[in-house]
Amino acid sequence: MLRKILSPFARLFEFHARTHYRTERHSMALTLGIIVAAGVGGFVEIAPLFTIDETVEAAPDMRLYTPLEQAGRDIYIREGCYACHSQMIRTLQDEVDRYGPYSLAVESQYDHPMLWGSKRTGPDLARLGNKYSDDWHVRHLVDPRAVVPESVMPQYAFLLDTTLETESLPDRLAALRAVGVPYSDEQIANADADARGQARPDTDAADGVSERYGDATSVRHFDGQRDRVTEMDALVAYLQILGGLTDAAFANQPLGED
Amino acid sequence: MMERLTGAERQIALMICVVMAIVGLVMAAAGHSDPLGIHGAIVLVAAAIMTCFVLRAIGEPEPAEDRTNSYYDDPTKAGLVIALFWAVVGMGMGVWVAAQLAWPDLRFDAAWSSFGRIRPVHTSGVIFGFGGNALIATSYHVMQRTSRARLAGHVSPWFVLLGFNLFCIIAASGYLIGVTQSKEYAEPEWYADIWLVIVWVVYFVLYIRTLARRNEPHIYVANWYYLAFILVVAILHIVNNLAVPASLTGAKSYSAFAGVQDAMTQWWYGHNAVAFFLTAGFLGMLYYFLPKRAERPIYSYRLSILSFWGIVFFYIWAGSHHLHYTALPQWVQTLGMTFSVMLLVPSWASAGNALMTLNGAWHKVRDDATLRFMMVAAVFYGLSTFEGSFMAVRAVNSLSHYTDWTVGHVHAGAMGWVALITFGSIYSVVPLLWKRETMYSWKLVEWHFWLALSGTVIYVFAMWNSGIIQGLMWRTYTESGTLAYSFTDTLVAMHPYYVARACGGALFLTGAILAAYNVYMTIRHAPEKHPERDYPTSSEAAEPAVPAAE
Ligand code: HEM
Ligand code: HEM
Repeated sequence: MLRKILSPFARLFEFHARTHYRTERHSMALTLGIIVAAGVGGFVEIAPLFTIDETVEAAPDMRLYTPLEQAGRDIYIREGCYACHSQMIRTLQDEVDRYGPYSLAVESQYDHPMLWGSKRTGPDLARLGNKYSDDWHVRHLVDPRAVVPESVMPQYAFLLDTTLETESLPDRLAALRAVGVPYSDEQIANADADARGQARPDTDAADGVSERYGDATSVRHFDGQRDRVTEMDALVAYLQILGGLTDAAFANQPLGED
Repeated sequence: MMERLTGAERQIALMICVVMAIVGLVMAAAGHSDPLGIHGAIVLVAAAIMTCFVLRAIGEPEPAEDRTNSYYDDPTKAGLVIALFWAVVGMGMGVWVAAQLAWPDLRFDAAWSSFGRIRPVHTSGVIFGFGGNALIATSYHVMQRTSRARLAGHVSPWFVLLGFNLFCIIAASGYLIGVTQSKEYAEPEWYADIWLVIVWVVYFVLYIRTLARRNEPHIYVANWYYLAFILVVAILHIVNNLAVPASLTGAKSYSAFAGVQDAMTQWWYGHNAVAFFLTAGFLGMLYYFLPKRAERPIYSYRLSILSFWGIVFFYIWAGSHHLHYTALPQWVQTLGMTFSVMLLVPSWASAGNALMTLNGAWHKVRDDATLRFMMVAAVFYGLSTFEGSFMAVRAVNSLSHYTDWTVGHVHAGAMGWVALITFGSIYSVVPLLWKRETMYSWKLVEWHFWLALSGTVIYVFAMWNSGIIQGLMWRTYTESGTLAYSFTDTLVAMHPYYVARACGGALFLTGAILAAYNVYMTIRHAPEKHPERDYPTSSEAAEPAVPAAE
């Protein structure tokens, strides 16, 4: 039965089959065939994304992650937060209503790698910045169910006791510059001090942060502890900047699709 | 393990071990204040263990027999045992991960045991540990039988198998200590990625050299799939892992790509990891073991050509269906959707070809649980590809994306197709390799079949329910035009399904443990039987590689 249905279809492939019968004796022909057949699609879809200008919107106000925020981003990756939280608001009406204006490509322009995510076990975080207080974040990360009883999120209390490692930050910023993030020499050289300064507003190091990253940069005790800079400082600083690198998404206030 | 190597080969093996030990030492010393140092220590220990193995054999007598008169099955055997080990570990982690979503405090008070760190241990454990080892081991078996020639090399098969496992160990241990690139299914850091490239190149050369030795003019269809698996995985792996390390003495690196380009590269990789790791490789398994077990030739040669080239060509385009309604330009989304829908044709051609092959052997399917594993795997393959093509349609994806529906689809493919075809192949090949009459207990195989099937069905139905419920709750509005449910409302609604999923997973895991036990007992206790024919020969009559075509 199936054979009958397929038979006219198969005749079309008769010729192909016969040639194939000959070429499949040559392992190298097969190898080349596979590489060519599998190469086309990727090339056509990926290469233009680097060359077509409209792919990424222009956003003159786009700012870089500070060293502290970048350190927080690295912790976000290390802990696997991306496994449960997306950072990509789709162009759907209910998502815009729930999370805010849909995400633009430019907003993750400096995200190496991107953290768009593929599963929302927890809510989207693309516009999390300034939605809650620092204190809320610290309490939530220390014990999620104390703040949201239904939550299934793991607790990360140890972040509050772990001193942030900052010596490697100049190297990390330099690597980011190598892949295309425009950090200046000065920003790279001072990354270590800037990271600590951003979480210690009462020290001299704090001034350098506003100088190099703009006056709008938040400089404060993110984790509420005055005497030390912890991984909690870095993570909260990162969470508070999510969605805040540029206003581009708010400027062309989008209409979602139903 | 060493007795079939000549003196020269043992020396080469020793040299490789020593070089590895030095590399491990350098990594450990240079990265002593970084997780890289821990990985250096792991490499060093692994190399030391291997060195001991080789050293013990170095003075032993060399093999006297003409080695080309037999197949080289030792690496295959080791690979299958290791695959079963990873199956229990990886699925055990799966059950734990599932349980944490139902009962979030079911963990230790330590950073390594949090969901975000152990979830990739599950995914890498089952995909690479279980699936990868099963693919490497069966590919060794299949390429020898279908070429009627012995493996081209005695050190390289071990290098590939053990080198791959070193990669898996570095990957899994890395996640626990916080080393990850965050790219799904490509989490290991730069040094592990470089190592995998070396292993993979050796694998490709081994495959091509064995094919070159073949005593059979045609390259059997199973080999095309294995070859596609090896080649395309290499391309995907290299491109998606391009990164700049922050320092050569540390584990951390930053992806060469950012934002939208990174997203497209990642899902070009991610979807084709599904296509060429979880599909092409396992279709290779299917095309060999199913006809062999059913003692029926593949139903249609033409259909296998059609589906092979269809899969190789179409799949590559489909990755962008992971990015519907995102900041990815719409033309790429549309291309991805179109090719995903077309992909249904070659996918169903493969599934149909497999099922039609069973025509005339349905009584065997009824009586033989091993063949039933493979038959049900083909059905789940058809089911999950249909579901995948459906979910790739933008309107459907707007509901399914980000929800458990995706997870349900993943496991219909991963448990129903990948794991079942692997177990079927293992059950059919283990008695042959260890020269046993049959598996130790066919009853246990039967039990395993029903545990695996019911586990999969419970898992998939639970996730369909929770995924669709959650997707609908997210988009439900009240009469006054505001969103009806908060995010936490949906969490409460999903709890019962998470409990059900953990139970289904536990059934599946029990089956895998039974399989490991059964294989162990077969090796230890089943009565011996030497196969009549199972050796390299240029005579097709003496040793048909696969049931002859009509
Ligand atoms: C004992 C059986 C299994 C259980 C209990 C299980 C459980 C889980 C759980 C709980 C997740 C996380 C889902 C989430 O984040 O919401 C997951 C993800 C995943 N599992 Fe499994 N799993 C099992 C078997 C397998 C097998 C055999 C494979 C592959 C061969 C597999 C491949 C995957 C993949 C690829 C993902 C990631 C899905 C995604 O990112 O959308 N699993 N599994
Ligand atoms: C015709 C074949 C298939 C098509 C068109 C297809 C399509 C899809 C689609 C549309 C998604 C959801 C993407 C999203 O919304 O995030 C998906 C996810 C997935 N599929 Fe398939 N699928 C196919 C076959 C398979 C098979 C056979 C497997 C075998 C294991 C599989 C494994 C996966 C995995 C692991 C994911 C989750 C990726 C992630 O988010 O981490 N798919 N697939």
